[in-house]
Amino acid sequence: MAAETPVRCSLVVKSEPSALGRPCRQILAALDAQGFSQDDIFAVHLALEEAFLNAVKHGNRMDPTKKVTLEYAVDQEKVEINITDEGAGFDPRTIPDPRVGANLYRPEGRGLLLIAAYMHTVGYNAQGNGLRMIRYKGRPTPEAGKASIG
Amino acid sequence: MAAIQPRISVEYKDEATIVAFTDEKILEETDVRDLREAVESVVEQASGIHLVLDFRHVKFLSSAVLGLLIRISKRVYEREGELRLCNIHPGIHEVFKITRLTNVFEIYEDVDSATRSFSEQR
Repeated sequence: MAAETPVRCSLVVKSEPSALGRPCRQILAALDAQGFSQDDIFAVHLALEEAFLNAVKHGNRMDPTKKVTLEYAVDQEKVEINITDEGAGFDPRTIPDPRVGANLYRPEGRGLLLIAAYMHTVGYNAQGNGLRMIRYKGRPTPEAGKASIG
Repeated sequence: MAAIQPRISVEYKDEATIVAFTDEKILEETDVRDLREAVESVVEQASGIHLVLDFRHVKFLSSAVLGLLIRISKRVYEREGELRLCNIHPGIHEVFKITRLTNVFEIYEDVDSATRSFSEQR
């Protein structure tokens, strides 16, 4: 089968949860076209949903006048996704581990853990309002216990 | 089987109430809010409910659904009920393991084993 042409795209979308629908379908279709497995696609889908919702809810604080910038690149080896909101930013090291003590029973706070668990590289920009995440095709999801948030 | 809301189905087996999520993907906050209202309306019907949440149709969920389950669990136990989860897709089970919610919820392979567990603990 001929190698699929790498896909690269930059979008500015409304800051609302439903705005992810179309770009998400495009990214997952690009992964499928590049031969990523269903496990890879599940992982990227989950990380993307969590990251986008964080940008809308915690970054832009549900402000409908704000936007989210979504950039992605998919090739035969990896997918890289950058998500930037218009919020003040945050320090991921200050986010409590949801697996510990009473946090285990809190309804919220698991999004960053799941992103860290399912993507192989995760980083934030200096302001803390931009997330960069990469998953490599066919590489297993890191062991659950080794995922860290910050 | 009686449909209470489009997004869940409810079935009664022995002394257990089995609520199945009918969506394949549960994502947005509105989905989660609808589900919470639907399931809590079942929980509120009587105290001491033996509730089984059946995930057989669910192939994908976000962390907001995990929060929903925590909230439902608290309400069930406040009303002196018991909660079991079952038929969890392997990909989703991994999400429970990563978040260590396998230590919080009692998870069974299928509806039969989940239902049976209520009588076995007496």
